[in-house]
Formats: sequence, C-alpha cells, structure tokens
Amino acid sequence: MSQRSNVRLLVLGVLLVSLVMTLVGRLYYLQVVTGEEYKTAAVNNTVREVVEPAVRGLVLDQAGRPLVANRTSLVITVDKVVLEREPENGAEVVERLGEILDIPAERIADRLKPCGSEGAKPPPVCWNGSPYQPIPIAQDVDPQIALTLMEQGQLYPGVDARLDAIREYPAPFNVNAAHILGYLGPVTEQQLQEQGSTDAYDRLRRTDVVGRSGLEAYYDDDIRGKPGVTTLAVDTAGRVTGTLESFPPQPGDYLVSSIDANLQAVVEEQLVRAVQRAQRQGYPGDSGAAVVVDVTNGQILAMASYPTYDPSIWVGGVTKKQFDKLMDSGSLASNATQGLFAPGSTYKVISTVAAAKEGFNLGGAYACPSRVRLGTQVFRNYESSAYGRISLRRALEVSCNTVFYGLADQMWDKAGGDDAGRDAPDPIAEAARQFGLGAGTGIDLPVESVGRVASREFKAENWELKRDTWCKNAIEGYPETRKTDPELADYFTALDQENCADGFRWREGDALNASIGQGDTAVTPLQMAMVYAAIANGGTVYEPKLVKAIVSADGQQVREIPSVASNEITGARAQRAIRFLQDTLPGVTTNGSAREPFAGFPLSQIPVASKTGSAQVTGDKVSTSWFASYAPANNPRYAVVMMVTQGGTGSKASAPSVRKIYEEIFGIRGTDVDPKRSVLIGGEPMTDLPVIRPDGTPVVPLGKDSGVPEAREEGEDVVASGARENGRGS
Amino acid sequence: MTSIFPTKSSDAAVAPSRDRGGGYFRDLDWILIIAALGASLMGSVLVWSASRADLAAEGDPQSYLKRHLINLGVALVLGVIATRINYRWLRAYTPVVYVASMLLLLVPFVPGLGVTIAGARAWIDVPVGLTIQPSEFAKITVILMMAALLAEPRDIEQEPSGRDVLYALGITAIPTAIILVQNDTGTVLIMGAVVISIIAVAGVRTRWLVGLIGGAALGILAAIQVGLLRQYQVERLTSFINPDDDLSASAYNANQARIAIGGGGLDGYGLFQGPQTQGNFVPVNESDFVFTVVGEEFGFIGSALLIALLAVVLFRAVMIAWKADDMYGRLVATGVAAWFGFQMFENIGMTLGIMPITGIPLPFVSAGGTSMMATWMAIGLLQTVRLHSLAVFRSQV
Repeated sequence: MSQRSNVRLLVLGVLLVSLVMTLVGRLYYLQVVTGEEYKTAAVNNTVREVVEPAVRGLVLDQAGRPLVANRTSLVITVDKVVLEREPENGAEVVERLGEILDIPAERIADRLKPCGSEGAKPPPVCWNGSPYQPIPIAQDVDPQIALTLMEQGQLYPGVDARLDAIREYPAPFNVNAAHILGYLGPVTEQQLQEQGSTDAYDRLRRTDVVGRSGLEAYYDDDIRGKPGVTTLAVDTAGRVTGTLESFPPQPGDYLVSSIDANLQAVVEEQLVRAVQRAQRQGYPGDSGAAVVVDVTNGQILAMASYPTYDPSIWVGGVTKKQFDKLMDSGSLASNATQGLFAPGSTYKVISTVAAAKEGFNLGGAYACPSRVRLGTQVFRNYESSAYGRISLRRALEVSCNTVFYGLADQMWDKAGGDDAGRDAPDPIAEAARQFGLGAGTGIDLPVESVGRVASREFKAENWELKRDTWCKNAIEGYPETRKTDPELADYFTALDQENCADGFRWREGDALNASIGQGDTAVTPLQMAMVYAAIANGGTVYEPKLVKAIVSADGQQVREIPSVASNEITGARAQRAIRFLQDTLPGVTTNGSAREPFAGFPLSQIPVASKTGSAQVTGDKVSTSWFASYAPANNPRYAVVMMVTQGGTGSKASAPSVRKIYEEIFGIRGTDVDPKRSVLIGGEPMTDLPVIRPDGTPVVPLGKDSGVPEAREEGEDVVASGARENGRGS
Repeated sequence: MTSIFPTKSSDAAVAPSRDRGGGYFRDLDWILIIAALGASLMGSVLVWSASRADLAAEGDPQSYLKRHLINLGVALVLGVIATRINYRWLRAYTPVVYVASMLLLLVPFVPGLGVTIAGARAWIDVPVGLTIQPSEFAKITVILMMAALLAEPRDIEQEPSGRDVLYALGITAIPTAIILVQNDTGTVLIMGAVVISIIAVAGVRTRWLVGLIGGAALGILAAIQVGLLRQYQVERLTSFINPDDDLSASAYNANQARIAIGGGGLDGYGLFQGPQTQGNFVPVNESDFVFTVVGEEFGFIGSALLIALLAVVLFRAVMIAWKADDMYGRLVATGVAAWFGFQMFENIGMTLGIMPITGIPLPFVSAGGTSMMATWMAIGLLQTVRLHSLAVFRSQV
C-alpha cells in the first residue's frame, strides 16, 4: 500500500493516542486535582435533611415537681419566600392575617423582618432565624382559626399551622424562680460561629432554640437533647430516592434541682414581705435577694431575687413593649448572683477571722467608743452608741463598729501605715478572699458577679486605671460646674488633686471602712451565703450548686453533680476563729442585734446563728438591710441570707422574713417544732433523687405537697401534658 | 498502553507464526476481544448501577440490567456472525447492504414506527419492546461503502481521484442529510470524522484532504450562521465552554456530569454509592452519560481502566488496519478505529466538559441495543479483515 496511506494511518494513530491522553489528563485534573470541591457540590446537590426537634428535658425540683415542662401549642407560621412573591411583598396577606389573628398587622410585619436587616426592630421582636424557614408569628392559636387559615389557603399564601413543643412553667406553689430557670431563645450567630463548620447531625442549626440564661443556658447541652435527623437523598425533581442516614430524636436529659419548690415559694414570698416591711417604714426598699443553702454540701435550696418577672413571658418571643418594660424594671438580672452590694456588718465575721490570724486575743476586751476621730473625719458607731470596754463576742452581738475600727487600725499600722507598698499584708482582704469573696462562687449559672474586696491592692489598681482622669480634672478644675457652683467645683478639684497625687495610698480611713464591710467592698448575696455556710460547716467554702443530678428522660441514666469545695479554711488560728464565731453568732439572735425579730422563736430547740448588717450606701440612699444566718447553730444545716436595698436595718426589714423561712423549714408553730409541718417533705432535703418513669413522667408528691391545685390532679396527667389551667392567651 | 505503534517485528499478536498453522480460533485477535468484552462487562455493571435507582420504585431494579445483558448476548452473536462473513462476498454485496441501510434510516419517519428520543427522531419502535436506531448501523454501512469505493483503484497502487472523493462524499451525504433531519447532530459529527479519516488513509492528495477538512469546518460554521442548526443544537454544542454561567438544560447536564466525575476522586464512592448517580442527578446516565457512573463510583482508577480497555480496542483496530492485506481491509479497519476513537473522545469528552454535549453513546459501555450490536458487528468486521490478512499472508509465504 502507498507510503501516503501509511503516513496517514500513522497520523490517525497518533491523533487517537493524543485524544486518549487528553481524556486521561482531563480526568486526572477533575478527579484527583480538584476532586474535593466537586465532592462538596455533590453533597449539597443531593442531600436534604429532615429535622425533628428533640423534646427538651424537664427541670424538676428536689422532690420531683416539674419547675419547667413542655406543652404543645398551635403555631401559625409564615413562609417569607412564598409571601414575597405576592404583590407588594404580600402586604395584603399580612393585613388579612392580622385581622383574623387579632394582631396588629405592623407587628406581624416587624416579626417577619430578619434581625439586622434594614428597619428591623431589635430581638426578640425581629426574626432571628433563617429567612428561608417558616417564621412563627402567633402561638396558642385557636384551632378554629387555624382551620380557617388552612381552608382558605389561597387567601393566605405561605401561611401554615403546626404544633410546637414549647416551654411552660407549672409553677407548683406559685413558685417563680425566673432567674434560676432562665429562658430560651433562638441560637445566636456567635454560638453558630463558635461551633465552627461541622456536619455532625446534632450540631446547632439556625432554627434551633437554646437556653439563653439560667439553668436552661448552663445545662443546655444536657437538656437540649439531640434532634432526630433523617438525611435523604433527593433527585433533581425533589423526589426522595433513598435514606442515607437516620438518627431518631433523643429527648433531653432532666435536671434535678436542689431547689425545693415549696421552700422557694416561701422564700420568694418572704423576700417580698421584707421589701414591703422596708417600704412600710418609709424606705424605698427597691430591690432584694434571698438565698437558702445546705451548708453541708453547698446545694442551693432556694434563691430569690426582687424584682422578678414571669418566666413564661419569653415563650415564643416577647413584644418590644414587654422587652423594654423588662429592661427598665431591672428584673432581668438576679440580685442574688449578679447584684453587688456593700456587705456592711455581716462582713465583721471576716474581720474577726483576720484579727484572730493576726494574733488578737478573741477573748480579750476592746474599747467600743461612740466615735473614732481620724484627722478631720469622724467614724461613728451605729447610732453613736458607746459600750465602753467589751469582749469581742459582745462587739459582734451588738455590732460595735469602733471595736473593729480599732482592730483594723492596728493591723494597718503593723503593715506599714500610709507608706506600705501595695504588697504589704492586708489580713482582712486576705481572709475575705479565703472565704471566696472577690471571685466567682462557681455556681451552675452562666453569669455571676465576682464582686470586689477593698484592699491596698485594689486601691492601687484602681488608681492606675483612673489616675489620668483624676489628674486631668485636677488641672482643668471642673470649668462646667464652676459656672454654676464654684464652691462645688473647688471641692471636686481638691478631691481630684488628692486622688491624682496619691490616690493609690491605702489610707487609715480606708482600712477602717473595710473592716466593717464598707468602702470599695462589694459582694453578691450568694457569696455572703457561702461565707456563712463555711462558718457553719467549720471552714469549707463550697461551690454553690442548683442542680443535684442529671437524669436521662427514661430515668435510666443518672449523673449526680458532686459537691465541690473551692477552699478549706485551715490553720489553728483561723479554725479557732471559726469556732469562736460558731459560739458567738447564736448570741446575736438571743442577746444581740437580732434579738427582737427572733423574740418567741424556739431558740433553745433551734438555735440560730446570725449577723445583722445595715450597709451604708453613697449618696442619700437608705442603708442596705442585711441578715445573714445559719441554723441549727448546734448542728448546722441551712444558711439563710437575705438583703433589701434601701431597706433600713438588717433586724427590721430582713430578719423577720428569715425567721419566717426558718419556721417553715423546721415546721415551727409558735414555740412548737414539728418536722412534719416542714415545707421540706420529711423535714429536710431529700437524699434520694426523684423517680422518673420510663415514659418520662416524674413521680411527683401528691396532695398538698404537689403544690398544684387539687382539680388538676384528676383526669389528665399534669406532668406529662403539662397542661396549665390559667393558660395564656395568644 | 505504552505505544500504539510498536515495531512490526515485535508485534507477535498480529504477525502469524509460521510453524503454527492457521485456524479460525487461533487467528482471532483475542486481545481485541478481551478488551472489548471487558469494556462491555464493565458497561453492564455501570448500566446496572445507573438504572437500579430509577427502577427501585417500579418493582424489578434489575430489569434494565437484564435487557442490557440480552442485548450484549445478541450483539456478541452478531459479532461472531460478522467474523464468518466471506471477505470477497462482503465487498461485493456492500452496495446492497448500503441501500438497505439507507432505507432503514428512513423508517423512523414512518408514522407509527418512528420514535423521538431526546429530540432526535432516530429510533424505530419494534413491537417486542425494543427500539432500534438505524443510524448506528448506517455508520457501518457507510464505512463499508466508502472502503469499497475508495479501495477499488487502490489495489493497483493508484491514489483515489477527485471523482472518487466526490463519489465518496455523495455516499456520505445521503445518510448525513437524513440523520441531520432526524436531529442527531452527534452522529453526523462522528460520521464526518470517520469519512475524513477513511479518505485520508485512502491516500487522496493532501490538497483534497485539506480542502475537505476546511470545508467541513466552514460547513459547521455556515450551518450555525444560516440557522440550519436549531438554537438548541447550538446551545448544546456551546454550553460546554462555560457551563457554570448557564443553567439551561444542556449546561445543567454538563455541570451535573462534572460534579459526578469530580466527586469520584481517586478511588470513587464505590458501586451503588455515588450520590449523583444514585440520586439521578445526571441525566441519561445509563446511556450517553454512562461515563459519569464509572467516574463517580470507581474514581480515577476505574475510569482510567475503562479508558485503557477502550484504548486497547483502538490500538488493535489500528494495528489491523496497519497489517491489512489490501486497501479495502485497511479502510474498513481505519473507519472502525476512527469511529470508535472519535465517538469515545466525544462521549467521554462531553462528560468531562471539554466537548460539546451531543447524544451519542459510549461504544461497548452505554446501554442501547443498536449501538451495542453495531459496535460488536464492527469488532467482527475487524476480525474478518484480520483473518483475511493472515490467510493471504500465509498463502504468500
């Protein structure tokens, strides 16, 4: 055959080789070099997730009564994507919806705006989820209305009705506990970012609702449960072609709180009474807190804050008006764990321990004059009483300030006085820190205030922070104030000149103030309760805990929360001081500043160790009424601390309420003590955890111990359905 | 596969062994058969995987596989028959076969018999539940007719004249026109490449060849310009250039195919595990887009193996052409090699996004009875050429 034919065939052969090579090369590029990105594209293409939310775990009190339960609610949702295809973005549909649901149309429109978009109201009014998911606009809707909406579907495009499990608060004994329980809210952008990119099926999704405060937030991982997720392979037409993965929903675990609903209700009521008592004396009595803690393990049996709010306000989102009202009322934060207050005389136990450690004779006699003069300043005793030379025991009983001034003055001198460096010994501050002040208690709540311990060190640090401002003001001399009030300006200027020059110095006056819990010292009521619990139990500072155990929804798995001691007060002198306080503090109740409010209390059977406090507050404000205590003093079990701001003296406002709390705990009527009458079933906190049946319903106390009206026990299972008679309107 | 063109002396498979006597079975090109059979069996697995997901809802997920295996069996029988065809007889009767084939091509236009699939009216509905695509057979008959025509003067070492080339083009023009009317653009393109390859190897003058290739290019351009190609045909042909910008139907195909193949990575998801394949994201992935199945489920390793098997088929076909005793045999083998080669490149290339999307099957692999039968008949023809060459070679020694 011709040479030309051979060449041409050869060329064809080479052409075919190169075509094959091209294919292999391209294949290598697509699959090996850039394969990963196509893999992702394939997954996005074909996988659809169907998510069934998990039932959130209940929160039970120590006797098994549900404090937080679930119920179902008929919710109306709007699919924004569908709605926006309507003329004018569906304004007419929104109008119609508002009419039938009896909600202002603007409120629905506000709800439909994604948070952060133009003109959106701040959360929780705006929609915090994905704009591609149906947005709930109304809940607890009358089924008749929902039916109408469904029947007239063409009038309500994108509108749907579904049953949601939502939180409800059975409120046994009308307990509130809002600050303990917390509330739920849509998952935040921050949480999603922290989670990073994960494709775990139980990851947080934009549509998820999570605990945003209180126990709901702290134990969110435990009680949220795991959603049921079915991953479906879907073809181009959206038809399901197979099931790739399927995880059934796992209900969240239950929290068994150490809170006793009955006692909590008593404490809440008594706190309100204390506030009212202060107000009857003509004082503002604007806020307060109370804590009952088991001194043997740090478990909190009750904790209340005034003012408070209705926790169910959060269910399904609050309106802007409600939200603003909440913010203005100051009721959102718990005064028990987040409020910071000068402890006043209740702090003297700290000064006593410090003095003992410094070698002062606890049995010695000390001068209690009516006043102490330091340069131009006068430090008075309360109501300027003078007791002469008295024992330290008596000084605590009658709360003599000047005795503690004397002790503090000597300690200040010993440390080097005015010229002591910031690292010089500061025994009172050191003792305060050993008792856990100036640091977080470790309570199982997402936020708590750490407080401050007035000290040489704090003053130096504070000066470093504020020096520039002080010095600037000292030079400028307050020109604005000077225009109207030159004298005041002079005073401010002089003050700032002094602060600027040596505001770091721990002055004698600072030391005196610190010894009686005044000045820069600030504590939370919870911190103070833990201090008195530590004195009661002989020096163990426990981390307070609200939850005793976490139990699976079928009651099978139980994880107990161990009690943790954050510090032990050791050393012979400190121990001696604690024993001295244990001997002395019951005298405050029998024979001292708390004698009056405990008149008639069977102290011989239930001795109560206590300390009153009336902490001065800067400005023209009335003192903070403190009452810190524990009982029985001979076999300590409970520490109870209550305080009311602008409430006057500790003995007048708070002490009577604390007495009432003890009466309810110990079952006291008059002088008769009967544990059977105690609000605690069996007269003390339960040692056994409540039983949870395999179907998830807890075994609850019956009769009056159930804390719910009799009528609700008939017919339906209160706990499982969580039906609430006084249900809220939509 | 290291080289398609080893030296003659090392080509033991084609060079007859002198001390071994001839014999039908001994002389068959077993490497070709094994490679083609390997590709076909691999194809069966791919067709099974691609079709079972669609059929799961309809009862028997294996029904498509069964039909495919029956088709393969019939194709193999036709292939064996083709090897038994008398070489001279074949050459003599080529015009008859050609005319018959052209008539068959017209059958889809007969109302009640023709079936339109994917916009192409190129199928004949056979009552037993099969559809036949006559254009697949037309490829063979055009190759045979062209070879017969162009080889006629060649046996006496003359190059084909211009008139021969015109005749050859005329022979091609008839089926090309019919197939164009049937909207089967892909087949037209492949046929063009085959025809040009045959004319080239027949030894026409280079200027004829250049003119031919230039004319073909101009023809395609002109067809687009004057609207002879409909808009969707142009779209199909151009969507591969920038598939990400365009989510029209044909660009969708290209995108999904690339996602499937790209996602397969080095070793693939495994049989029945490819999300694109099992989720039916790639259209017609049991026929035209069958390569996406091997790409996704068996990865680069599996895809390269399949390409290697097909490359071996091409290599053996070219070798048979190289070794052919006469021009007729060479041109037949050349036509088959070009047919398989260009169709494979076009088919796999379109799934890889480097060629326009056209509706042609991957030889040996795609489901489709007619294509399977035609390709195996072509394998039989290659064997016939080889058997004839060996017989002549042996008689000459």
